[in-house]
Amino acid sequence: MELIVHPSEPPVTNGHRPSLAPSPALAFHHVSKVFADGTQALDDVSLSVAPGEMVAIVGPSGCGKSTLLRLASRLSVASGGTIEVAEGNLGYVFQDATLLPWRTVQRNVELLAELSGVDKAERARLATQAIELAGLTGFEQHRPRALSGGMRMRVSLARALVMRPRVFLFDEPFGALDEITRERLNAELLELFVRERFAGVFVTHSVGEATFLATRVVVMSARPGRIVAEVPVPLGYPRAPELRFSPQFSDLAAEISARLREAMA
Amino acid sequence: MTVQEMTEPSEAEIPVDPRPDQRPARRRRRLVRVVAPAVVFAIVIGVWYFISYVLLDDTRRFLMPPPQSVLAVGFFDSANLTTILHALWSTTQVALVGLAISIVLGTLVAVAMSQATWMESAIFPWAVVLQTIPILAIVPLIGFWFQYGFNSRVLVCVLISLFPIITNTLFGLKSVDRTHHDLFTLQHATRRQRLMKLQLPSALPAIVTGWRIAAGLSVVGAIVGDFFFRQGEPGIGRLIDDDLSALQTQQLFAAIIVSSLLGLLVFWAFGLLGRALVGSWHDSTQAREVE
Repeated sequence: MELIVHPSEPPVTNGHRPSLAPSPALAFHHVSKVFADGTQALDDVSLSVAPGEMVAIVGPSGCGKSTLLRLASRLSVASGGTIEVAEGNLGYVFQDATLLPWRTVQRNVELLAELSGVDKAERARLATQAIELAGLTGFEQHRPRALSGGMRMRVSLARALVMRPRVFLFDEPFGALDEITRERLNAELLELFVRERFAGVFVTHSVGEATFLATRVVVMSARPGRIVAEVPVPLGYPRAPELRFSPQFSDLAAEISARLREAMA
Repeated sequence: MTVQEMTEPSEAEIPVDPRPDQRPARRRRRLVRVVAPAVVFAIVIGVWYFISYVLLDDTRRFLMPPPQSVLAVGFFDSANLTTILHALWSTTQVALVGLAISIVLGTLVAVAMSQATWMESAIFPWAVVLQTIPILAIVPLIGFWFQYGFNSRVLVCVLISLFPIITNTLFGLKSVDRTHHDLFTLQHATRRQRLMKLQLPSALPAIVTGWRIAAGLSVVGAIVGDFFFRQGEPGIGRLIDDDLSALQTQQLFAAIIVSSLLGLLVFWAFGLLGRALVGSWHDSTQAREVE
């Protein structure tokens, strides 16, 4: 598979990095992963994500989608190939909210800044900002136990936002939520994306979610995971929830579903 | 995101008062929780009277003196009460000092074991050996080495109560959620940050459970220590032994009751402590409270 670079994508505007686009925010070059037990999870995966791009990855269960994110964040080491990640912070949103139950919302959101040695006043300021962005104002002193699944996920998002990541990895974060909450969080995530313009990789089972969020949808095959199709989503941002009912959206989703069926066959 | 969305009740399950129609059921449950144990207590007292007055004749009644005579001789006789309270205080001191040492030592050992696999492999078998040594078998040795007083009693206490602290703390430190570890790894957390901000708080419910078990055992240890190490202030164990040899069964029963109450008190106090420490975020403390 060839390395695909998107020089047409808007350059990073935050001044975080000099706008040396087209250098990718995240790139996999011929990456493979074999687990200790001999299972081959990924085979020759090449994928490049430009700054400001949101790439969704869909594929059957166990196709190594999550493994790809673990490799990108160096939670796990690739067996072959190289991975490039742009400088700056990496945001990671897990499948579960992974909040610390003994900490309040405020203290959970502060956690990453705290671990990085940011002083108390500054991290409180950063957390307050992220809490506002994630729509959690008023819930600062709640413990995770008192929150619904959707609210917990917002806290998880806010926690990652505090570090102002330039690359954001989402490991099926809304998979366990009900449909309504999930759609609402999709809309909220897009608002954040439009505002912060990070590069995102969003792993999901849902074709609808992938189409709604992404600038490009990558389809992976069953184990060992390979990229079998890339479908660009030529819809601008911001995207309204009603977009889901447009003919263009349905056509795109139908195409991605067809590719996914091929991949699973 | 709008404010309106946030205030929807479905989004935040804030605890609310039970609805009025649930209250009678709740009150009944609370009543059962008080009445049922009281009924059992009454039955036990009844059986006690039955044994004292029906099964035993006058000459053998000393084997099981009736409750009111235990109360009269054991607790309302001021000289005997003073003796019991002194012994109780002595035993409590031994138990608390032993427990404190066990908590500090056990936590340190467990933390060390959690930091490196080789340390766990090196220490764990010996912790098991410590637990399986028949304590009575080494009591003479302890007396021989550490004299027959306070220090030896405390040592018995520590030997008995150390193991559950090590195992519970270690279990807690090692059962931290994997993704929580990932989160700390992603942020390049130091070993110290991981221990202080993740492992120890996460292990706290298990740690408190260990304390609670150890607290009960430390009372047992203190009483066992009393039996054998008879120098210095007499404790409850020595009192029990003396009363037995003098066939003062009323005093014996009183001493047994007092030592049981001490164990109960310690257990209850650590339950409260556990709830104070982790009750605001951990569910199991609430479940335990109901039990």
